[in-house]
Amino acid sequence: MKNLPKVDAVIIGGGWSGLLMATQLGSRTQLSVVVLERGGARKLPDYLGGMDELEFNVRFRMMQDYSQETVTLRYNMRDRAVPIRQLGNFLPGTGTGGAGEHWGATCPRYVADLFELYTKTVERYGLKKLPEDHAIVDWGVTWDEIEPYYTRGDKLMGVCGKAGNIKGKLIEGGNLFEGPRSEEYPTPPMKLPYAAALFEQAAKSLGYHPYPNPAAALSVPYTNPDGISRPGCAYCGFCDRFGCMIGAKAQPTNTLLPLLEKQKSVSLRNNCAVRRIVFDKNAKRAGGVQYIDANGEECFQSADLVILGSWTLNNTRLMLLSGIGEQYDPTTGKGAVGRNLTHQVSAGTQVFVDKPLNRFMGAAPTGICVSDFDGDAFDHSNLPFIRGGTFRVAGTGFQPVVSFGVVPPTVKARWGSEWKKAAIEWYDKVAGIGFSGEHIAYKTHYFDLDPRYKDHFGDPLLRMTIDWRQNELEMVKFATAKAAELARAMGAKAVIGPPSFERYDARRYQSTHVQGGTIMGKSPETSVVNPWGQSWELPNLFILGGSTFPQNGAANPTTSVIAFTYRTADTLISRYLKSPAALA
Amino acid sequence: MRRRHFLVLSAASVGGVLVYSLDRKVSRLCAQDRPGQAKPVSDKSGGKPDKSVQSKTLRIPLRFFTESEAALVAAAASRIFPSDDAGPGAHEAGVVIFIDRQLAGPWGRDARRYTHEPFEDGLAAEFGYQGKATPRDVYRQGLKDLAGFDALPPAQQDEKLKHIEDSVFFTLLRRNSIEGMFCDPIHGGNVDMVGWQLIGFPGPRMSNVNDIDKHNGEAFRPKPMSLSQVVPEPVRPSEEQTRSEPKRKKTSA
Ligand SMILES: Cc1cc2nc3c(=O)[nH]c(=O)nc-3n(C[C@H](O)[C@H](O)[C@H](O)COP(=O)(O)OP(=O)(O)OC[C@H]3O[C@@H](n4cnc5c(N)ncnc54)[C@H](O)[C@@H]3O)c2cc1C
Ligand code: SF4
Repeated sequence: MKNLPKVDAVIIGGGWSGLLMATQLGSRTQLSVVVLERGGARKLPDYLGGMDELEFNVRFRMMQDYSQETVTLRYNMRDRAVPIRQLGNFLPGTGTGGAGEHWGATCPRYVADLFELYTKTVERYGLKKLPEDHAIVDWGVTWDEIEPYYTRGDKLMGVCGKAGNIKGKLIEGGNLFEGPRSEEYPTPPMKLPYAAALFEQAAKSLGYHPYPNPAAALSVPYTNPDGISRPGCAYCGFCDRFGCMIGAKAQPTNTLLPLLEKQKSVSLRNNCAVRRIVFDKNAKRAGGVQYIDANGEECFQSADLVILGSWTLNNTRLMLLSGIGEQYDPTTGKGAVGRNLTHQVSAGTQVFVDKPLNRFMGAAPTGICVSDFDGDAFDHSNLPFIRGGTFRVAGTGFQPVVSFGVVPPTVKARWGSEWKKAAIEWYDKVAGIGFSGEHIAYKTHYFDLDPRYKDHFGDPLLRMTIDWRQNELEMVKFATAKAAELARAMGAKAVIGPPSFERYDARRYQSTHVQGGTIMGKSPETSVVNPWGQSWELPNLFILGGSTFPQNGAANPTTSVIAFTYRTADTLISRYLKSPAALA
Repeated sequence: MRRRHFLVLSAASVGGVLVYSLDRKVSRLCAQDRPGQAKPVSDKSGGKPDKSVQSKTLRIPLRFFTESEAALVAAAASRIFPSDDAGPGAHEAGVVIFIDRQLAGPWGRDARRYTHEPFEDGLAAEFGYQGKATPRDVYRQGLKDLAGFDALPPAQQDEKLKHIEDSVFFTLLRRNSIEGMFCDPIHGGNVDMVGWQLIGFPGPRMSNVNDIDKHNGEAFRPKPMSLSQVVPEPVRPSEEQTRSEPKRKKTSA
């Protein structure tokens, strides 16, 4: 084992959360900081030549290599889990920038009441309304506390959009159902592709309140408060699952890396995979991390402060592998690590219109949303589910390998001349109405270590125990009916609803919005970190990212990951460093 | 070393000019008199079929398939994506060459799939493919079962494919046929961008900023360009790289 000279802080993971924390510590403190990233180095010029659908959108060149590491899946704790052997239901990132490089840059905030989900739901509907086996909790943070950090995140990325609620004043054309913002978006909405324009008209005709999708791809050139300038989007359409070759889409490599490269106190080490956080149980202190470097050598990096930002799955797995805290046990309800595994509900409806849509043009985050059925914006008293979600027509930029072959339900063939003819005819006439909904936490859904399967180092894989339940099924049923109405108002000739939500499906891309495992909360019995992201067990360990979120919102999570990372950075710098102990 | 296998095609049937990378060198393959010779030229010119060579034949070195396997794959892919009144199909797009290269490359050997034991069977489809067989294995076996397929009349070929419609092999073959129709030509399929022309996809177009919110309801069909025409530096697809990523030393807990 190679012992490396001690540093003040070690950060595990070089994605959005890890690199944001690194640049915060680098610009605001004198601390020596090392970031350990398991994947390779990346820079903006790497993306030139990256507009290759097969490599990036089909073979997933940028994502985690499952031959080295995956997770196992089972539906309930009586079953034996099996590995998810190829990328499917989610696409974890690796390499500098993490999944933040190939994300879709849709940037909505969580609805304001999500942070107090338990209290607000019980207040309005009573205890009886909570679904069986739910594990709904309050986060220990309120909207007003987190809002300023969202605003900082918006400025960091230059998020485009139109506010619907500024300090309580509702504004037509924006999202009327969002929590009050302190200011307007830093940049105006993006240009709209035709399908989204059709959707906007349709939504208006039904009396809904459509608004531009909040986007972290720039509508106009923008310089952020850190002095980083990025150009406006070219609508090339090779966006989600690709890196942006001009830097218009906010990615850690174009927004944070340029700062980090100038910060002498911070260094980023690529191809360094962390296997354990080393700690002293009696002293209640993390002492550093053990990792394998690019040459395959086992290393120990000692540090006074350990910050975990390796995304949901490895945040949880590293806690379990290291033995920090107690594994959650659904039979006794004891233990906190592994709790509240959620995966955002996502269900798409395909709309066949009789006009060409020129779908090759677009950007992942440009589009139109409808949030009239988000969160608790509508009365659930007589509905068989709680919560809701957002409808969205995004101008993703469609590419043919992935999108060819979608035909109206009347065509039964899946190959041969009849199918080919129909698939060509309809190729450019299919719009997608996406629905993303909240996924509440249940006592029966959790993470632990798999007893059978190992990664390429020989460490146990993480095991997911999860399935869809009544609340999701009913929510998707409701949303699908609403989507069909919207589709008809768009002039649909035919509509195909989403596949059934009977069973959690490892084959189907759902989203890379998996959360929980090391959740925040008010008590060490039921949460792993306090609302500032500090470990209850080891006060010099902080955890960043979606693993700390007790519930899954309908909004895409990254802007929330960034907001909470800023909040942790502020607390760490202004409070913890002055008096390194458990925060109260 | 395996014996060298070639796919023999008539130049006319594939439009005369192919953009392939041959023997892992990026080159433009022209039809020629003497078989087996590729003429490497710089890969910048448009790609218009050269009338003078249309009657000649091409011999394309195969990387994974044997000649007879390639003939089976070509025949089956042509039933999945036929050349017909609606336009060119798997044959013109060079789908079999695409599949050959994919199988010879990292995807074919499951370089990025989790292949640790034990393999469980009898699980719900929702758990995804749990088999041990790599795409190469699946093709080898599937093609054995298709022996004689290329000699059958089309109607019987369709019957045979209907029989195996739910198999892992057919699912792969169908998926790979679509990939070979519409991938960037650097991967050996979508020759001359015939697939893209069929559906009006312009390929990697750097900027649509002036068009994105125009043409509403009207088909806007810029002339397709492939990656090698758009990007100044040669792009090397993963199947052309002998070893993609350095394997990390194995260590145990
Ligand atoms: C295709 C796709 C589309 C998406 N679209 C959107 C969207 O539109 N909007 C949105 O809000 N979100 C989107 N996301 C999600 C978004 O990418 C993540 O929420 C975000 O990147 C999370 O930041 P993070 O820092 O927690 O994780 P990441 O950015 O993934 O970074 C984690 C890093 O940790 C590293 N790591 C993991 N384990 C170890 C280890 N043991 N040792 C060292 N390093 C390790 C990883 O390699 C990775 O680089 C999308 C994701 C994908 C894949
Ligand atoms: S669509 Fe815009 S933001 Fe997305 S990759 Fe292309 S230029 Fe970048």
